[in-house]
Amino acid sequence: MATKASKSAARLMISPAVVLLLGWMLVPLCMTVYFSFLYYNLLQPGATPYAGWDNYYWFITDPSFQDAIYNTLALVGGVLCITTLGGLATAMLLDKPMFAKGVIRIMVIAPFFVMPTVSALVWKNMFMNPVNGIFGRIVTGMGFPPIDFFGQYPLASITFIVSWMWLPFSTLILLTALQSLDQEQLEAAEMDGASWINRFRFIMLPHLARAITVVILIQTIFLLSIFAEILVTTNGGPGTATTNLTYLIYVSSLLQFDVGMGSAGGVLAIILANLVAIFLMRMIGKNLDV
Amino acid sequence: MGRIQLNQVQKKFGDVEVIPPLDLEIDEGEFVVFVGPSGCGKSTLLRLIAGLEDTTSGIISIDGKDATDLPPAKRGLAMVFQSYALYPHMSVRKNIAFPLRMAKLDKAKQNEKIEAAAKALNLTDYLDRKPGQLSGGQRQRVAIGRAIVREPEAFLFDEPLSNLDAALRVGMRLEIMELHKKLSTTMVYVTHDQVEAMTMADKIVVLQNGVIEQIGSPLDLYSTPQNKFVAGFIGSPKMNLIQGSEAEKQNAATIGIRPEHLTVSKTDGLWKGRVGVAEHLGSDTFIHIHDTGLLDVMTARITGNIQVQQDEIIYITPALEQLHRFDSQGVRLT
Amino acid sequence: MARIASRNTKLVNSAIAGTLGFLMFFPIIWILILSFKTEENAIRAPLEILFHSGWTMDSFATVQARSDYLKHFSNSVIIALGSTFIGLLVAIPAAWSMAFVPSKNTKNVLMWMLSTKMLPPVGVLVPIYLLFRDFNLLDTRIGLTIVLMLINLPIIIWMLYTYFKEIPVDILEAARMDGATLREEILYVLTPMALPGIASTVLLNIILAWNEAFWTINLTAANAAPLTAFITSYSSPEGLFHAKLSAASIMAIAPILVMGWFSQKQLVRGLTFGAVK
Repeated sequence: MATKASKSAARLMISPAVVLLLGWMLVPLCMTVYFSFLYYNLLQPGATPYAGWDNYYWFITDPSFQDAIYNTLALVGGVLCITTLGGLATAMLLDKPMFAKGVIRIMVIAPFFVMPTVSALVWKNMFMNPVNGIFGRIVTGMGFPPIDFFGQYPLASITFIVSWMWLPFSTLILLTALQSLDQEQLEAAEMDGASWINRFRFIMLPHLARAITVVILIQTIFLLSIFAEILVTTNGGPGTATTNLTYLIYVSSLLQFDVGMGSAGGVLAIILANLVAIFLMRMIGKNLDV
Repeated sequence: MGRIQLNQVQKKFGDVEVIPPLDLEIDEGEFVVFVGPSGCGKSTLLRLIAGLEDTTSGIISIDGKDATDLPPAKRGLAMVFQSYALYPHMSVRKNIAFPLRMAKLDKAKQNEKIEAAAKALNLTDYLDRKPGQLSGGQRQRVAIGRAIVREPEAFLFDEPLSNLDAALRVGMRLEIMELHKKLSTTMVYVTHDQVEAMTMADKIVVLQNGVIEQIGSPLDLYSTPQNKFVAGFIGSPKMNLIQGSEAEKQNAATIGIRPEHLTVSKTDGLWKGRVGVAEHLGSDTFIHIHDTGLLDVMTARITGNIQVQQDEIIYITPALEQLHRFDSQGVRLT
Repeated sequence: MARIASRNTKLVNSAIAGTLGFLMFFPIIWILILSFKTEENAIRAPLEILFHSGWTMDSFATVQARSDYLKHFSNSVIIALGSTFIGLLVAIPAAWSMAFVPSKNTKNVLMWMLSTKMLPPVGVLVPIYLLFRDFNLLDTRIGLTIVLMLINLPIIIWMLYTYFKEIPVDILEAARMDGATLREEILYVLTPMALPGIASTVLLNIILAWNEAFWTINLTAANAAPLTAFITSYSSPEGLFHAKLSAASIMAIAPILVMGWFSQKQLVRGLTFGAVK
């Protein structure tokens, strides 16, 4: 229904949301860009002279930047692999007939609802601690030396923890998509003589392709911003072994108080996220009927 | 009371002109039916009258007062929607009470009117049920009840019977007609079903692509269609429209003859053809005839039953005084 | 499957899936168990489920006494509920407008709103921190409520929009014909019909706000810190006290685990933005 009255009402009703979100996006964003071109350190109040591209230059050429990029990609890539493949397998498993499916499903989904700080701490202290953690004690009990997960494989450890939290997410999404697959298609293929592998390849996978893509894109956007788990377990260390781009910027901004550099880093992080977001928005746009 | 006037009312959606400027008068107490094929603009026209859509230009007057800029609530009209649009979370009583509640009527008066409407529509036993627990016909009555209590200047019906099965449709049609007799309120009724139009209307408005093709009483439209479109739209089965030499013999570009005005014979007649499909209804027979050389399929309607074989040769004779003639623009020739 | 799976197949599937479920869920069960042990037992015999030495609520008490758990719990509650409530006030009208009076810009506006959720928080960390500092919003619950409302607003609007679209427009039109003003239409017709959808949205948003762990950590200190930040104090050396860590953790996650149980479907709807049906 579209009358003048309802149209102007609609404009009025949507304006608070638009104004708020516009402000939320533009104001801090412009400030970040602005700061990135200044020499601005909170420890040195006073003049904030123009810095040109210096902040960007120093941020990118700093060796920890390379580590951060590598770590970010490794972390995101690692989690994506585990959760996508694991999620697919788990979804297919949960789609099968079984007893107590409801209970099992809840157990599988639960980790997603645990706050990141809790899950990181619990895993680090109670499982992965070489002396007191469960893993260490089981292994010692069998006579082998315990592995110091966070000492020797910090990034992998964090990848593991994050995967534990996000596996339920991808499982849930893929399970939902799987349940929308028409069983009759599979049965027809079976009648046509297709083996399980072929049925998977030619019917299930294409149907799930869209959901898998969405899972990957959405997770990537959130995984680029992993922060709490790193803060609480390793503080980015040892050295820069577990520093991702987000953490690096945090260090620069709030620990070193270098607003200029931190802002430059922030701009880079935004650009990186935008690359992924563009693809995701296109997929959303295709599916959206207004 | 209940006079509606449309003056050069035009409706565009963006750049698309759905209804070119049109004029229409609806008199007090009339039962007017808007009829036409899908997309002809009949529902849009109804919604313009209701105030649910804005006119692009033109004036809508209700009882002589300009209502063009009035919101729906202030036009004194009530509408029955195709899907009934009942409030699913409210009981029947609350549904019917809603307009009275919005008008800030006191509780006692509200109940009075609700009971009256419920009695008139046989809903008294269902007042405390929710729409989800009612059948299609009952829901329709609730929608009508909700409209009645408003005591509107005119009722607007948007294809109200489309969602009912055939048997129910016939019954509800009669109920609506009886309602009209009882209340004598103006009713504007939209349908794509020309049978409903013919049986219910005082006045029919035939629309195509937003343009009024003809306004008239059902019998007017049946016996004197002003153009080919109306001729082909009103009457079921459709009028046989013939072009070519037969038409020229009558000094027309097209001639039309209704199936019921053809006589068939197995021995002789004006035109000759071959029997295709024959539909035996018991009371009538529709014979679809091919290879007449006049048009693809000619339909003849015979009262009673007649034995015909597929591919049998058959002769058809039109009742010449019932022949309609149209010029090259499709307009009726007198 | 038109075939009914044999009992054996079901048993095998249940065993495999059950094992997986158990493994995934184990950490949660474990901290639940540990939170009722004494610190000594937690270290000495953590895997022991039959408590010779009896259950104790000591760890819970200590956590509350040493770090005022309840204060942080109430911070989480206030911030989660507050940001959700304010979010609803802004989102309901916006969603109404997009669902029932769409224009040719509606799709773009909606997509733009969703895209604001994809902004990495670290990209605006600096300005937000400085703005908060200058406006005395650091370490305040109101400041945090505003931020969390803003980051989740796209999701609230999106979810309400999808639920509103499932409501037939003609019921609202009928209300208008019946004389309802816009306010009456939303209050008496739309909201009751959309209540399940609104409840789902509230549920999901509470979960997202409760678990948010970037702004809640960076913008708070002792005063307004919700549970996410509070737990960071258990990094070390507190982390070595397993019973206390367990107690603190269980208390922090319990409400959300329960809510999560009910909101699986909402999760899919709210976080995939319609790209998966």
